[in-house]
Amino acid sequence: MKERRVKANAWDYNDRFSYADNRIKTSKYNIFTFLPINLFEQFQRVANAYFSVLLILQLIPEISSLSWFTTIVPLVFVLVITAVKDATDDYFRYKSDQQVNNRQSQVLIRGSLQNEKWMNVRVGDIIKLENNQFVAADILLLCSSEPYGLCYVETAELDGETNLKVRQALTVTSDLGDISKLMDFDGEVICEPPNNKLDRFTGTLYWKGNKYPLDNEKMLLRGCVLRNTEWCFGMVIFAGSQTKLMQNCGRTKLKRTSIDKLMNTLVLWIFAFLICMGVVLAIGHTIWETYVGTNFRVFLPWDTFQISAVFSGFLTFWSYIIILNTVVPISLYVSVEVLRLGHSYFINWDRKMYHSPMGTAAEARTTTLNEELGQVEFIFSDKTGTLTQNIMVFSKCSINGQMYGMDRLKKKTACVDFSFNPLCDRRFKFFDSSLVEAIKMEDPAVQEFFRLLALCHTVMPEEKSEGNLVYQAQSPDEGALVTAARNFGFVFRARTPETVTLCEMGRTVTYQLLAILDFNNVRKRMSVIVRSPEGQIKLYSKGADTIIFERLDPSSENLMYTTSEHLSEFAGEGLRTLALAYKDLDEDYFKVWMKRLLFASTVIENREDQLAVLYDEIELGMKLLGATAIEDKLQEGVPETIACLNLADIKIWVLTGDKLETAMNIGYSCNMLRDDMNEVFVISGHSLQDVRLEENSGVIHFHCLSSFLRSAKEHILGLSRVSSAGHVEKTDAFADDSVFEEAIIAEYALVINGHSLAHVLEPQLEHILLDLACLCKTVICCRVTPMQKAQVVELVKRHKRAVTLAIGDGANDVSMIKTAHIGVGISGQEGMQAVLASDYSFAQFRYLQRLLLVHGRWSYFRMCNFLGYFFYKNFAFTLVHFWYGFFCGFSAQTVYDQWFITLFNIVYTSLPVLAMGLFDQDVNDQNSLRYPSLYKPGQQNLLFNKRQFFLCTLQGMATSFLLFFIPYGAFPLMVKEDGSPFSDQQAFAVTIATSLVIVVSVQIGLDTHYWTAVNHLFIWGSLMVYFAILFAMQSDGLFGIFPSSFPFIGTARNCLSEKSVWLVVLLTTVVCVMPGLVVRFLRVDLFPTLTDKVRRLQQSRKKQGPQEQNLRRVRRTSSRRSAYAFSHQQGFGELITSGKNIRRSTVSSLCSPERIAQSHSSSWIENMLKRKNEVSCASPESEGGAPKSVKGTVCMDPTDQAQF
Amino acid sequence: MMASSYSAKDEDGHITVSGPGGGTLRNKKPENTAFKQQRLPAWQPILTAGTVLPAFFIIGLIFIPIGIGLYVTSNNIKEFEIDYTGDDTSSPCYNCAQNFSWNNTKSCTCIIPFQLDQPYESNVFMYYGLSNFYQNHRRYVKSRDDSQLNGNIDSLKKPSKECEPYASVDNKPIAPCGAIANSMFNDTLKLFYNDPNGTSVPILLTSTGIAWWTDKHVKFRNPGGNNANLTAVFQGTVKPVNWHRPVYELDTDPENNGFINEDFIVWMRTAALPTFRKLYRIIQKNNNMAPTLPRGNYTLVVDYNYPVRSFEGRKRMILSTISWMGGKNPFLGIAYITVGSVCFFLGVVLLVIHHKYGNRNNSANISN
Repeated sequence: MKERRVKANAWDYNDRFSYADNRIKTSKYNIFTFLPINLFEQFQRVANAYFSVLLILQLIPEISSLSWFTTIVPLVFVLVITAVKDATDDYFRYKSDQQVNNRQSQVLIRGSLQNEKWMNVRVGDIIKLENNQFVAADILLLCSSEPYGLCYVETAELDGETNLKVRQALTVTSDLGDISKLMDFDGEVICEPPNNKLDRFTGTLYWKGNKYPLDNEKMLLRGCVLRNTEWCFGMVIFAGSQTKLMQNCGRTKLKRTSIDKLMNTLVLWIFAFLICMGVVLAIGHTIWETYVGTNFRVFLPWDTFQISAVFSGFLTFWSYIIILNTVVPISLYVSVEVLRLGHSYFINWDRKMYHSPMGTAAEARTTTLNEELGQVEFIFSDKTGTLTQNIMVFSKCSINGQMYGMDRLKKKTACVDFSFNPLCDRRFKFFDSSLVEAIKMEDPAVQEFFRLLALCHTVMPEEKSEGNLVYQAQSPDEGALVTAARNFGFVFRARTPETVTLCEMGRTVTYQLLAILDFNNVRKRMSVIVRSPEGQIKLYSKGADTIIFERLDPSSENLMYTTSEHLSEFAGEGLRTLALAYKDLDEDYFKVWMKRLLFASTVIENREDQLAVLYDEIELGMKLLGATAIEDKLQEGVPETIACLNLADIKIWVLTGDKLETAMNIGYSCNMLRDDMNEVFVISGHSLQDVRLEENSGVIHFHCLSSFLRSAKEHILGLSRVSSAGHVEKTDAFADDSVFEEAIIAEYALVINGHSLAHVLEPQLEHILLDLACLCKTVICCRVTPMQKAQVVELVKRHKRAVTLAIGDGANDVSMIKTAHIGVGISGQEGMQAVLASDYSFAQFRYLQRLLLVHGRWSYFRMCNFLGYFFYKNFAFTLVHFWYGFFCGFSAQTVYDQWFITLFNIVYTSLPVLAMGLFDQDVNDQNSLRYPSLYKPGQQNLLFNKRQFFLCTLQGMATSFLLFFIPYGAFPLMVKEDGSPFSDQQAFAVTIATSLVIVVSVQIGLDTHYWTAVNHLFIWGSLMVYFAILFAMQSDGLFGIFPSSFPFIGTARNCLSEKSVWLVVLLTTVVCVMPGLVVRFLRVDLFPTLTDKVRRLQQSRKKQGPQEQNLRRVRRTSSRRSAYAFSHQQGFGELITSGKNIRRSTVSSLCSPERIAQSHSSSWIENMLKRKNEVSCASPESEGGAPKSVKGTVCMDPTDQAQF
Repeated sequence: MMASSYSAKDEDGHITVSGPGGGTLRNKKPENTAFKQQRLPAWQPILTAGTVLPAFFIIGLIFIPIGIGLYVTSNNIKEFEIDYTGDDTSSPCYNCAQNFSWNNTKSCTCIIPFQLDQPYESNVFMYYGLSNFYQNHRRYVKSRDDSQLNGNIDSLKKPSKECEPYASVDNKPIAPCGAIANSMFNDTLKLFYNDPNGTSVPILLTSTGIAWWTDKHVKFRNPGGNNANLTAVFQGTVKPVNWHRPVYELDTDPENNGFINEDFIVWMRTAALPTFRKLYRIIQKNNNMAPTLPRGNYTLVVDYNYPVRSFEGRKRMILSTISWMGGKNPFLGIAYITVGSVCFFLGVVLLVIHHKYGNRNNSANISN
């Protein structure tokens, strides 16, 4: 593609290239193109094409056995319904387009800022953005209100990350901050053509004869929101459909349900069956014409083109294809769509899945997957933000060997009153008042502890009004710690590059910030060096306890043991812990060290390593202060939900980017791992032998892993063999492991980390892994990359033939959400990325229970009943023609009136079955949740499968047989009461049609478990409509207008006034329905399923009146485990010390005598930005074969990021 | 990496979500209506022994009496049938059947004596029955023009294509057109009672009232409205090729002539099955107490015009009385008795099964 040239403030110039304007159009049609485009799209569908072919066949008079309208009326009906749906969808898209297009933005036009609609923004325009505004197009940042042309954006809309990102304008443009300068700006940007890579941009700015390279860090992309920045100016580079956001709006791959696939297979089978019938009847016709028809030519001469009986048979084949086509019902597809749409609305409307704090209702974003929700066997869940809230709460601490904080689960203690502190955060809760007492007593250790928390961090404060502090924390852990310090009276109020201002117990103290020794993954700690107002230099450090403990002064040893005990207690409760330590620094020592640091930071090669060595050096011999424990709060109801889903035989695998220990902790607190489990297999690539073997040779490693997997499997199987030997004396079962998979009583769990997983996912091992994993109750994969998440899902999907569901909330879950059969997005803390990629979204993990066990189960149940009945109905309806063929010389004569054929599926029988498909409930929602085993039939595919299909069609065939042969037996000799004969074809047709409508209505009545008013209305209404239309169609009036279209005039009147006809109808109905009823009754009576039992129970309950329903309580076990989780990405430390992100109140400070420092630190910031880039690029590059969706930006949530 | 199904709405949607403390929550809470929460009051029937078994017994108890009633009624109906096809040398119509030719203008008459063993009371209906005659063949069924038969002048002059090859002869339209009309049954049947004293008394056969009222008065109409001069109305049309007389000479009675001739109407109502009977005449009951057709000897005189031998068809003449449920029809009675018995029997069997093996108290043992 050609490069793109954009010149600022030069419309004429830019117009030459005809770039897209900023109007977006996601709607597909307009008023004039709607009909042709929509029709074209619709006819691309196989079903519609099939019916068009039929229609064409019908237009050939020689084979037309039905009038054209029998096909065209249903076809038009279907097309119109679909078109209306498409049109409304498109209208809403149009409306939202309009709404976006009409948003206002400030554009620099002819020397002044003018409000313009978004759609009028053009490439090359300079626009002004204000805080919290959406970026209107992809723009090049020119300057901002912040120093150095920095600005902050939130990219949640683009990549789902809520943390702020920094963008910086070119230095040359960053002082363009006023309108006249911007007016004169005439730089020209030459850049890459539009593409969808969110993290890449290459271009060059030509201005005043100079060239300036441009990269992604200077671009603000459409969809971002400006944050913490008063205003900024930018030049539009890409607009409208060429923006990166819009370029990424590809169509989602259409997911199809297993029922869909089954349905397609069945339709093919039916089609084959149809052809078979056609062939049989065509052969019959040939024989008939040869032996009978030839002779009958006296009264019925052959048509001129009818050369031979064989040719006539050939034509008859097509004629029969036409009249028997209703076995493949045209309305099936539409009805299925309508049902799914209805079920989706029920999900959207469910108040029990509405999360009021966030104001988010559950949303079915895809309307085609509902019944698959009733068949889920595997759930793949993300941890952070899905199982946990991703809210860190400071819950306990250990200060100087003294533990504070209560276990809230055990005792209902009152919340600590922080009213002594005017600056406290009211949302913060702590449950041990002794800590406050200690603070008030001015215990030095406690004070130092909180001083450390208030000083040692990279949080940015924002004081919107006096006392109203908002912290911008990079990781929730840090925010929690600083907030805790704030509430305990050490309020972090402000920071400048050189100072940190605290409000210590009401007293404002300013510390001089000498250095930030930032966090990274290897160091696993961060420190600050500050000079107190008294002139004392102190180093405060916090970090993972193992790391901190190694660097303590020997004098802290005793304290270390006590703290260590506390730490393991914290860890046992699944809390995230950090150890805190400090060190007094000697002035001279520090000066020397500082010099070396400054020197090292200017070194170009190995800067990182040199800095690390320096940091290591100073962070030695520290004194332990204590430890903090942060609760990674589980979302509400998670353990209960998991327990419930487990009872429904749904296997839940947790796939997380978190550390092994954290993941296991969460596993324990979710009750997925329990102490009473027989064995928890941990496969961790980090355990030494694995890592070393991995380095030496992959082959040995493979053997090692595989033998481990094998032995684990043997172990499980061996045990179960022993345990089952007593009951089952089947020795040959040794050969077949699958027998034992059923028989395993013991509970196992598997925990595997990403490194091992990478090897185990090789083709040789994946089977063993899968076997082992499926033998385990719980599987936890930790430290996995987004791509590995998708791979695991893919593995199960491929080998298990099971329906998989992936649930997650972050951008790192997108790949797995897209891979799984069903993707569920949690609309939680981490932006919209997962939600946008998902098929269903809601706010809380616990709603999954209701989605699957209630909505999914109902949808599946309804869909299965619907399909079974639909096939039955159409077979019963159509095959009558087949039987009639044997008595009418195989001439493709229809049994019914053509109007009846036209209307049967769309008018007479569509609504009752739709009502059943929409409203039916075998068991109400409370019982669905209370007996999770009710979910199992769906997983085993019991309600609608090939066997069920055969039974349905068989029943249909039997019904059609009876429908034909009972009147056949009764009719030949039948006369009316006035003696006039009555065995004519039209009376026959009306009788059979009436019987059919009544039989299928009775049948739907038997199939309906839940008779709402709507069901009554539709079933009785359909019957009434049938008779109304019957009489209307056969009335004198209609015949008078179109004599040749309504030849059945008067038949209904003459026929239905006969008692004998009603006797025939009654007999047919009883005979058709009875056998099914007997079978059904015997099944319920002798082999009741759980559903039957619960139904009965439900009914007896209802008679007794409502009872208190106690929900299952999940027993939580606790055990001692250690977990040290402190992980977030590389911090803002350098940014803070460089002072770049600190707002100066006056411009003069810009010109302060810091020129040298500035240039020096600008290399810091570049460095930092560069490193940030490395982090973000790491994922796609290290995973060569990642799916497209994963490529591009940072795919991990902050807590998951540590691994890179 | 990006949302694949982007909609512009989503750009908006995030603001409120990102600031949960912001206070401006959109009120998206779904309405609490029974419909939306799927709590519509409903009747939830369950198949239990208490409902199913009585149903079977009730059906059995209703069906068996109906069946017996039907069977008895059907047996009380008197019916007499003569096959006069004439393919057998002993048959009186053998010669006529053998010598049949379309060119015969003079019809061949055969005389068939028969005897009624029982007297026939009330109205007696005389049918002709045809077998192996495919009035329900698709090409046959559609070979008519209802518009023409309804008196439409345009269709009269220009019959529908469906009537081919009986639409026109020498460019003159056929009235009535089509294969059905062309193949109209045209044997004439007369009935004589052989009085014991030797005289042969012709029996009065009523030829009106044999067609459906709707057919006679709505579906079939002569062209030209009430114009009594049918000859003029049908001017320009020709008779169907097999017919001996044009359509306006079917009867002398103007109310039973042309398209509204009842024999014609009855024929045009095509039969459902290849073996059928159609009403030919009605023998009205006498006013006095004497039976309509007393026991004794009768003679059926047939003008044999209608060839069926070529396709192995058969022709019959049937005399029958009727009852409230129509003609003689043992099928329904037997079927009802059978079905009723089976239902009753099933009821008993199910009852036994239920008592022996059924789970009457299975709500207690729900396990999870």
